[in-house]
Amino acid sequence: MLLTDFIIFVLSLWVGFEVISKVPATLHTPLMSAANSIHGIVLAGAVVIAATAHNVVGYILAFVAVAFAAMNVVGGYVVTGRMLKMFKRRTAQPAAAAGPGAAAAVEPSPNGNATNARATKSGAQS
Amino acid sequence: MTGTFNTVIQLIYLAAASCFVLGLHLMNNPATARRGNQVSVAGMIAAVVATGVLVIHLGVINTTGWIVIGAGILVGGGVGLQAARRVQMTAMPQLVSIFNAVGGGAAALVAIRDFMSIGAGVGASTSVPTVLDVIIGSVTFSGSIIAAGKLQGVITSAPVTIPGARILNLLLAVGAVGGGIYVIASPSMAGLGIVIAASLIFGVSMVMPIGGADMPVVISLLNAFTGTAVAMAGFVIDNTALIIAGALVGASGGILTKLMADAMNRSIGNIMLGGFGSGDVAVAVEGAAGAGVQSIAADDAAIQLAYAGKVIIVPGYGLAAAQAQHEVAALADLLESRGVDVSYAIHPVAGRMPGHMNVLLAEANVPYPLLKEMDEVNPEFARTDVALVIGANDVTNPAARRPGTAISGMPILDVDAAKSIIVIKRSMGHGYAGIDNELYTNPKTSMFFADAKKGLAELTASVKTLVG
Repeated sequence: MLLTDFIIFVLSLWVGFEVISKVPATLHTPLMSAANSIHGIVLAGAVVIAATAHNVVGYILAFVAVAFAAMNVVGGYVVTGRMLKMFKRRTAQPAAAAGPGAAAAVEPSPNGNATNARATKSGAQS
Repeated sequence: MTGTFNTVIQLIYLAAASCFVLGLHLMNNPATARRGNQVSVAGMIAAVVATGVLVIHLGVINTTGWIVIGAGILVGGGVGLQAARRVQMTAMPQLVSIFNAVGGGAAALVAIRDFMSIGAGVGASTSVPTVLDVIIGSVTFSGSIIAAGKLQGVITSAPVTIPGARILNLLLAVGAVGGGIYVIASPSMAGLGIVIAASLIFGVSMVMPIGGADMPVVISLLNAFTGTAVAMAGFVIDNTALIIAGALVGASGGILTKLMADAMNRSIGNIMLGGFGSGDVAVAVEGAAGAGVQSIAADDAAIQLAYAGKVIIVPGYGLAAAQAQHEVAALADLLESRGVDVSYAIHPVAGRMPGHMNVLLAEANVPYPLLKEMDEVNPEFARTDVALVIGANDVTNPAARRPGTAISGMPILDVDAAKSIIVIKRSMGHGYAGIDNELYTNPKTSMFFADAKKGLAELTASVKTLVG
């Protein structure tokens, strides 16, 4: 059992190295935040120890562990999403007179979230 | 029946792990990164729900256990949600650091609780990862809180060194590891208590001597620690999802730490020994106009910028510290509307965590294709009319190309190749390396002495009035 777990651990490290090395520096902060959310998986571990707790100390430890892990996972994913939403190719400036090469600026309203998502997509296609 | 059930749970964990890998993979392009995050969320929900089903199936959980889980998720999730929604982008590094702290803390608690329930009968295959989890998790917990405090300014960002600090650190490390070996040899709660206490204090004494400018490296490293602690927690409770996810994060934190340290031309060991990077301490104006330094007024700088064909903006730590990202974006927009080709040169250590400057500029609505990495932008400086350096110092110093200086060998932006250079800076103070920047005495360079935020606003106003 331990050996299998260890093999999984080492191979996952290699996968991690491979996947992460390809991420551009532009996205390193969101990447770190995303990785941060992923270690929120410890919530699953916290649930397991809450299930096996049967005395006051056990319940207190489990509560703190679950609360910590939930804060990690919920906060991490929300803030990563918030950051990524800001990365745009080109939004229409209010004064729309943007220079040459700004022809891709087609989407109005830089404020609506849904519009931003579309702006990113259409930018990617053009 | 139980066999089939376990297989299904394991397959769900495998699917969740695949989602995490795919999610990280999609982060290699800004256009797909949001989808990557959603895929990762889906994996996380699947893994947590599957674990819930697993504990129901095992039949060990009682009502109080459910109440504990529900209350924990509500309280922790609520706090996390509020923090994530309200945080300013300039404060991202602190938030990431806090999430490292709670993640590491939770991982340590999982092992501590498991150890308590099994007690003295624990075998080595569990006690070894338990001890590692408790040591790494506790160090991460206290170290990350100190790092967040330094970034927030609650704790001084200057390196704090006390006499005999290295000996203290050594003693603490010996205490934690020695206690750990003792616990493995003869498991006892008292022994584990010593390990916890020594590790918590070690976390504090490890981060306190490290200066503000080195925080990008420290946060990356603590992120790697948290991942490793979570993987160890997975070994303790024999849960594959935790092992895989923890290893992925450990690897990513490790890579980012290495990248950051390389970009600062320092070894990770050198940074962790501390006492060097005092960062944003504004050194008093020393010899305000050193030999050969020419200063420039806002109007003259504005005219140079407005009539340039190509401008590269070099934002640094000072821009982030002055929170001037919106001002720089406003100036860039104005120049672009006049037909000037504007882009940004981003050094890997600009900002307070890896890639932080990119997020700050993205928040100010700067389109990401304009943000160029060092290797991509360096050949462009020779074709650039004006390089506008804002709050960046050591990363532009040509002295790095020569041997024998404090920053020799550090990768720098080739700003001095531009036809003319304007530097916005509060004073002639040094960067964290503590040496003179030869760029400032270059005949092509003009210094515009101002706070980044005010200076940029002045430039924008001048461009509007003079050539508007």
